[in-house]
Formats: sequence, C-alpha cells, structure tokens
Amino acid sequence: MSNAVSPLQGASFDGFARIEEQGLRGMITLRGDLADGGFGKAVAALTGCDVPDTRRCEVKGDYAVAWMSPDELLILCPHSAAEAGVAQLSKVLSGTHYLAANVSDARAVFRVSGEDARQVISKLAPVDMSPEAFGAGDFRRTRLAQTPAAFWMPNDKTIEFICFRSVADYVFALLSRAATPGTQV
Amino acid sequence: MSTRLHQGGRLIDRSKQVSFKFNGRRLKGYQGDTLASALLGADQMLVGRSFKYHRPRGIVAAGPEEPNALMNLGRDGRFEPNARATTTELFEGLEAASQNHWPSLEMDVGVVNNFASRFMPAGFYYKTFIHPRHAWKYLFEPFIRKAAGLGKAPTDADADIYEHYYSFVDVLVVGGGVAGLQAAKVAGEAGAKVLLLEQTALWGGRAPVDGAEIDGKPAQDWIDETVQALEGMENVTLRLRNMGAGVYDHGYALGYERLTDHLAPSDAPRHRLWRIRARQIITATGAIERPLSFAGNDIPGVILAASLRDYVVNFGVSAGDRTVVVTNNDDAYRTALVLKEAGLDIPAIIDARPDGGGALMEEARVKGIRVETGKAIAKVKGGKRVEGVSICSQAGEGAEQKTFACEAVAMSGGWSPVVHLWSHCGGKLTWDDAHSFFRPDPTRPPLGADGESFVSVVGSANGMMETDTVLADADATAKSVAKTVGGTPKSTAAPKASPEPQASMAPVWKMPQGAGYELRSKMWLDYQNDVKVSDVELAAQEGFESVEHTKRYTTLGMATDQGKLSNINGLAVLADSLNAEIPKVGTTTFRPPYHPISMGAIAGEASRELFQPIDKTPIHAWGEENGAEWEPVGHWRRAYCYKRPGESTEDAVNREVKAVRESLGLLDASTLGKLMVKGPDAGKFLDMMYTNMMSNLKPGKCRYGLMCTENGFLTDDGVVARIDEDTWLCHTTTGGASRIHAHMEEWLQTQWWDWKVYTANLTEQYAQIAVVGPHARDVLQKLGGMDVSKAALGFMEWKEGQIGGFDARVFRISFSGELSYEIAVPASQGRAFWDALHEAGQEFNVTAYGTECLHILRAEKGFIMIGDETDGTVIPQDLGLNWALSKKKDDYLGKRAQERIHMTDPNRWKLVGLESVDGSVIPDGAYAIGDGVNENGQRKTQGRVTSTYYSANLGRGIAMGLVLNGPDRMGEVIRFPKVDGEEVHAKIVDPVFYDKEGEKQNV
Repeated sequence: MSNAVSPLQGASFDGFARIEEQGLRGMITLRGDLADGGFGKAVAALTGCDVPDTRRCEVKGDYAVAWMSPDELLILCPHSAAEAGVAQLSKVLSGTHYLAANVSDARAVFRVSGEDARQVISKLAPVDMSPEAFGAGDFRRTRLAQTPAAFWMPNDKTIEFICFRSVADYVFALLSRAATPGTQV
Repeated sequence: MSTRLHQGGRLIDRSKQVSFKFNGRRLKGYQGDTLASALLGADQMLVGRSFKYHRPRGIVAAGPEEPNALMNLGRDGRFEPNARATTTELFEGLEAASQNHWPSLEMDVGVVNNFASRFMPAGFYYKTFIHPRHAWKYLFEPFIRKAAGLGKAPTDADADIYEHYYSFVDVLVVGGGVAGLQAAKVAGEAGAKVLLLEQTALWGGRAPVDGAEIDGKPAQDWIDETVQALEGMENVTLRLRNMGAGVYDHGYALGYERLTDHLAPSDAPRHRLWRIRARQIITATGAIERPLSFAGNDIPGVILAASLRDYVVNFGVSAGDRTVVVTNNDDAYRTALVLKEAGLDIPAIIDARPDGGGALMEEARVKGIRVETGKAIAKVKGGKRVEGVSICSQAGEGAEQKTFACEAVAMSGGWSPVVHLWSHCGGKLTWDDAHSFFRPDPTRPPLGADGESFVSVVGSANGMMETDTVLADADATAKSVAKTVGGTPKSTAAPKASPEPQASMAPVWKMPQGAGYELRSKMWLDYQNDVKVSDVELAAQEGFESVEHTKRYTTLGMATDQGKLSNINGLAVLADSLNAEIPKVGTTTFRPPYHPISMGAIAGEASRELFQPIDKTPIHAWGEENGAEWEPVGHWRRAYCYKRPGESTEDAVNREVKAVRESLGLLDASTLGKLMVKGPDAGKFLDMMYTNMMSNLKPGKCRYGLMCTENGFLTDDGVVARIDEDTWLCHTTTGGASRIHAHMEEWLQTQWWDWKVYTANLTEQYAQIAVVGPHARDVLQKLGGMDVSKAALGFMEWKEGQIGGFDARVFRISFSGELSYEIAVPASQGRAFWDALHEAGQEFNVTAYGTECLHILRAEKGFIMIGDETDGTVIPQDLGLNWALSKKKDDYLGKRAQERIHMTDPNRWKLVGLESVDGSVIPDGAYAIGDGVNENGQRKTQGRVTSTYYSANLGRGIAMGLVLNGPDRMGEVIRFPKVDGEEVHAKIVDPVFYDKEGEKQNV
C-alpha cells in the first residue's frame, strides 16, 4: 500500500563502488525439515526454486530461496506477495511441523555494485570474497562490522545485502565509508 | 657530532629537502629519511631520557627494535605518543617532541634520579613503598605516577579513520627481505595464493646494505627482478608498510598496514588492520643485532654496528668522524669497512675474541684499520655524547690500558633471530651454541586444528647467517610449504649467493668478563627501563630464579620495545648468576603484537557515527523532528520524553503524564520483543519458559507472564498472545528481545531438541503503537475499521483487522492502568500509522509520550519493571507475584531453585510502595537504614528504593522498594539517608497508588 516505505527510501552513495538502498522486498522466514519432500514441494510451488544447499541460494525471476541454517530458509519475493506467500505455505504445509512468517519489514536491502564491489565487503565481513571462493549462487549469513547481515551476488560485480531495518542507516554509513573513493585495497 | 655526509644514501633523494620540527626547532632532512636518520643528519644525538633515571639517550638502532628514540608526534587530534623515530618516515611538516624530561631535553630535573641510581636498584619500588601500607595510596603512588610514563596521553579524539580488511590466503609470508621474497616466489610459482608483507617501505631487507651478491649480481638487482616477477603473478599480493603483527590459532594472523603515516595528514584511512586466515605461514622476519654490555654503553653515540651501517649506506648519515667498533663477531667489521669507505676514521676495532675474526678482519687490516683482539671496552667516556673509550683485556677486570678519542661507538654482540611470530602461537625454541642465540625448533612448531605445523621460519629468522644459506633455506622450506597447500613447486634450484666466510663468534655477555660492581652498575641491558647487569644479578641473588620473575622484578624487557635488544643479554646474565646454562633458564613469553600497533587500527571502522550500531524504530525520525530526548534502551534509542519548544525535561514529562490519564497518549512501543513460537509442543515449551500457564490460553486471548532463569531469578516479563492452535506470540522487554530469543533457542537446541517447536524473532517486522487514555477507543473508532468496542474486544484479548486502512493486530492490554490498545502494523507502514493517529487525535489533545511517562504511569499502578525492580537477584515471590507462579504445573524454569532455603527465607526483602512523608521524591537507589551495625562495622540496612518518580497525577513523590518484612509493616515510617546528609522519611504503603480497583482500564 502507498503508506509503506523502506527505511532509507532508496538512498544511494557513489564511491569506488555504488551503494543503494533497494526499497521494499518481500521476505519469508520458513523453518522446517529441509530434507522433507513435501517441504521441498511447497517451496518449489511458491518460488519455482529447489531447496538450496548449505550456504547457497537459488534464484528464479522475482523469487529466490536462501539457506539460513539447517532448518531455516529465507524466501525472497515481491513485497506485495509476501503475505499471500505465507498463506500459501501455511495451507500446503498444514499438518506438518513448520513455521512461516512474513519478515519483509524487519529488514533493509542494499546493493553494492562496481568493479571493486567485493572489496567493500572484505573490509566489513569475515568472508573470503575472492571470485573463486564466492560467486553467484553463494549465500552467506554473517556480520557487517558489528551487525548481522546476509548477502549474495546476483552477478560478478554486484552484491545484495539484507540487514535489520533498525540499523539501516548504520549499514548505509558503513558501506559508504568502506567505499570512500581512493581507499581501494 | 653526527652529520650528513656529502655523498651516499641510497634511500634519500637529495634534490628533495623536507623540513620538520623537533622540540619546536625547525630542521631539514631529505625525502626518504626516517625521522631518526634526519635527526642524526641534523646532529641531534640526544633524543630522549630514560624512564627511571632520566639518563640521556641517543639513537641506538635503525629499526623497530629501537628502545630510545621514542617521540610524541603530531598535535591535537593527530597527537601520538611513543612513536619510534626509526620507523617513522619523514614528511614535510612533521612535528616531533622528545619524551620523559622536564623542563627540557637538555636540562632535565628528573636526572637527580640518575645520581641516586645506586639507591634505586632492582625492586626498589617494591621494597621502599610497601610500608606503611596506607602511604602507598596517598603519598607514594601519586608521586610515582607523576614521575612515571614516557609519552603523554592524547587529550583530543583521534582525527583519523581506520579500517579492517579480511584476507584469505594459502601462504602468508611475513618479511620482504631476500628470504621472504624467495619464499613468496617459490610459493607463487607453485600456484599457491600468496600474501607477502613487509613492514618497511622497501623490499630486500639488509642484503643490499651488507653487500651481498646473488646469482653473480649485486643483491639489489636480484631483489628488483624478483619483485618484478612477483608483481607479475596474479596469485601473489605484495604489501609494503604492512607489518605481520601477530600469529594466532588456526592460521589467523594480523597485518598492520600504515597507509598515511609517511604522508602529511589526510582524510584517507590511516591504518588498515589485515585480518588474515592463512593455511600456512612462513615468517622471514630476519634477525636483530644485540648490544654488548660494557660500562657506559648507553651514552648517546653508542650505536649498534649494523644500524650505523644502515645510516651510512641508506641515508648518508654518520654518527661522528671517529668511530670505535667493538664486537664479538665478524659482521661488525663490515661497518668498519663501510665507514672507512665513506672517508671516516676508525681509531680501532676492539674484538673480544682472542684470535679476532676471519677474512673480514684481514680486509680491515689491509685497509689500515687497527684491530685490537682479546680486548674489551673498559668504559665509555662522556655524558650526553661519547667522547672516547678506554680499553682493557676482555679476560680481565677492567684495568684501563689505552684510551681512544671518538664520537661514536659501533657495537655488535651477535644476532638474535626474530622468533616472535613463531612463538606467538606456541612454537618452541632451541639454543644454538655456535651462534649463541635461540632459533626455532622445527620439531616443536605451532600446531593447527589438524595437529600439524602451520608456521615455518626461513632465513636469518631461522638462524641462517649467510646469504647463501638464507636463500637455500627459504627455497627449500617454501617448496615444502607449497606442497602442503596443494601447490606444485617448480624444480628450479635456489639462487646462489657469493660465499661470505666468517670466523665463529664468541659469546660475550659482560665486557670485560671479570668486571667489578662499579662497572657492572653502568652496563645497561634495557635502555628504556634502565635495567643494568647489576640489577639482574641482584634479582638472582635475592632468589628470583625464574626468568619471568626476574623480568617483573627488574622490569627487564617490559618497556615498549618488549626487550628486543635486552632479553637475551639479560637472561644470559641471569644464567651466569645462577650458574645455569642459558637454555635451562629459558626465555620470557613472546606475545603479539610484534611491535606496538595503534588502538585505532584495532577499533577499525568503529569510531564516530560508526562506533556502535544504534537501533532505530520506524517512528524514530518523528522523534528527531519533535524534540525527543533520547535514552539508550538495549541498543535502541527510545524517547525519554518529547520536549516542546521552551519546555524543560521535567515539564514535558509532567505534561505527558497528565495528558495520558486525562485524554489520549501515544507510545512508540515498537522496541518490545515479539517472538513467534510455533509447533505441536509449543504450549508445553512455553509452560516451561514461563512461570504461569500458557498452554491453556485460548486463541484470541492475552496473558501476562513471567520468565525466570534456572536459578529462579526473574529475567523477563511480557504479554503472551495465542495466535492459533499451535502458535503463540510472546512479547518481551525491549532489552530482552534478542536475549530471550537466544534463551529459548538454547533450551530447544541443547535440552529439548526433540520437542517440535520453532521460534522466530519478529520484533522488527512490526511497528507497535500503544494508544492509551480515556479517548483511546474514540480515536480508533474515528479512524474506522474493525470493531474495538468493549464487547467486540475485551480486556486481554487481541484481534486482527484494519484500522484506518492499515493492516493491524490490536492487543487490548494495558501497562498504564488506562483504557489501552497496543496496535502492531507492518514496520513499513509504522510512520504513516503514527501520523494518522496524530491527525485523528487532534481533537483529543493527542500526546506522544516517552519512556519516563511510561514508567510513571506503571509505577502509579504498582506494575514492576524488569531492570528496576529486578537486578538478577530478585525472584517473583519478592515482588508479590505469587499469583503468576502456576501451582498446576509440575515444572517450569526456576521452580526448583525457588524452593531453596535462601529463596524461601521469610527475611527476603519484599516489594512495597513508599510514600515520602513530606511528598518529596526519594533518591533512586537509596537504602533504608536499620538499627545497629553489621560485622563489618557498617550501618545495617533494611530496604532499598527500586523505582522512584514524581507523579504529576498525584502531586507527590511515589516510589517502590524492597523492604525487610515490608508487606507486614504497612503504615510504618522508615528512613532513607541522602548523599547530602539529610534523610527522607517514607511510609510503607501498598504499591498500587492509582485506581486500585482497575476500573479505568476495563471500560
């Protein structure tokens, strides 16, 4: 609805990489038995994606499914589709042990792009960002400096992040400082 | 006098003069100088005062081992104490000041300590100031504190920024001398991902200064070619000005990169801390020359022989026209030859070895340099500068035989491999008798998680003392390390260096070996902390046999250089005094960092606005725009109150309190924790987590619950709503959201792993707004949507629907005693909903209220607050919350703990209301005094204030407190002393001050 706004309403910064807040994104926390066939079918029916392997994500159009823990997935979808998505999962999984919750508004989404985008992350997250170690299809739930974050790479020059909504301006400042022109490693 | 030679200096650019200030004086140096070489070039021999005796100190080394030339650098936000002149690169406008003197470097009052030095031996402070006991605190310590300390503490916030960088490599090579370069090349060619760190601004180490030849070429040519080859490898990263600072478990290492220290102040990050994960680490950290212990070896002008060579060759600087060289090994002859080559005089080389040296000695003699073998320095003459030396037999007691006038003394007591990084994570050392040094013992390396070695040492750090063996060692070790990480080393042979034949060195720990006390008390081991040979001997005599105890007793090696020059000499003296072998005495522990690193680098990005993440609700910005006075609650900032223009904090709080009770208040309650708990066993689980029953709550209903730790103490509280058959929503306190979520997960994952329960922390998904006051229902009805009438939504019920077009979950709960709805909307719509409530509430005098008003309202109703009425030692029974402790359940967390004797003690202080007799506000945390004194002679207490406020509604101070037998003492007056000496008298009353029947919330 028109009243809904993302925390930084699309703020951006141009350093040696470009930092952009991404606006509203639908997100569903889904917990259950990842190895269960019925669970996988429910995920596929909603997203078109298979259940991803450990520390991986699957992407299909507007939908993506990311591995969060041995019994938790994060489903990404259009913001307006999240409530319906929870309802659909609840219907299909009814009678099994699962948890599905709309967490779209608990989060902020950022995009870091550019030739040296990986360096921005290497300054803030204890993750090997070399191309051979992290690329498209990888997903990492980690921290950015002092706050939890998770990220993946839609392509080789772009990283997308999620963090908690309450720290959106901290994360924006963090990414911007790390991308200050002239501070490439 | 030290001076700039008219030619030479491979690192300086004489066409680029650089001006800098030392103690306010403008001096000149050249681009490429270090601060130390520039000071010597400007004849600044005296650079500081020692810590204890304030003795004059000159530059003694050319690298990070320098103990004396410590400077206060810069000013204001860029002031830094204890910077080493030898590792500080000169830049235009640099400002440095020497340390530890008053009023000036040349004229220092503290030098009286020097004349009293015979009365201040090792352990002086311990012995002297221990009696009388109380004098330490009031007399001695303040005096010593004033006298102690080298650099000044900065007074301004750091103006620079810093950052971290996470790096993951197969092989980390520390040290960019020829060994490190060869190791990196071998590992790089084998296909490994390599990171090579060099602490200085230059590759190659000291090989070019020492005149090494590699593969038939001058060392510099080989270095240039190797660096070029390395730069061509995509899998190799080369970093200058980046010091390997420490090695830790699991292949973790720190690199300390100094990005702008060699430049004038800039906005760029000053330091970058590399946080490295390496599968294998090769340290090629070289060796450090040791001083010799002779009387007066601390007088400015006495310099390490190889360091003096560095100054001449690298910077074209000499320490004086005439230099006496004193040594126990061949390497120092190189210094003599270099000085001679530069046209300077060598009055004599004093070689302690009866037979002198080998080929280098012959070369020196051929060049006409006088060599005195089997001799020692009896004494250095001079005060603030060297004026000459007298010599004696090394084998004797110091009878002076001859005197040489000179301005400088170049000394060499042999070399110590830099084994720090090897030792940081547990690598052990072995004593090498031939060279008299400790080197890494390859059979006892630091072990990784797989039980295998993860650190190797190459080159002179590994005890190799000739260029050829250095290169062969680096080559062979790097090949084997490369294989360990899955690389395929090339089968090329190691580079060959020209032979450097040397006669063996002789261990010389005292000069002369039979020196009497008078001489030994002038032989400095630790220049910075003023520890002499006689001090270590005294420690041994007094029974300090362990090297670690001797270190602490004498402060040997405890200065900012961490004993890089003094440790081996000191423990050799200790071994001699104990009549033990050196390896039996052992070394002190090497701890990271190798050389001090900045606090800023450790903090990384966490400064200023990035110091700590601050959680902000979707409504935070409204507070910024409307006078919010913020207070931290957990990591959140919550509005304490919203001040209108001209209003005091107190006025704002009182206005808010009255508006809520009389009309309509709005509270941003978004920070409250919202934990979803779902599954077939969720009811059973919540019955364990909460003291009261949650499994029998009906969907659509709410219940207030208490949580205790397994030790019975109250840890959190909040309202639980049952969403559907197997789903509950648990509200926690603001600070408790993450903690209680983790608490739940811990019990589920470690104790009840077979229970079918999932949790999710939905705290930030919703903006939650409390709509409170007699007009709460009116404003919601005005916005329109779902039915919020008493009949449709009773007290302690919840419902989902739309209000004013917003998706809302409405909880009819009250923390204020008023008619109240807590409404959760998606966070993205939170601000819009807040604005809509304000607009619709205009006619009801809608008032945003903050946490202080919230507290007063709840205190008027006698509701407890976690963190005020509880402090980790309070159980529900103390607070009269027995009604919330289910007797139907077999168990809940804390139940059994609450049956312990101490918990059921009738004398536990219990919650009551407190009403000051004079209507004033009782100070927070005040204690009520009882009769008599306890076993410590302190006044007995019988209660304390847990919450205290001014209630604008009641027009008086109200408080809650825990009081001995409180509930049985209603009406009694107890006394609370205040810090100003006055007392407040307060009557014990029921904690519910307002609307005891609860009618206002139930309309």
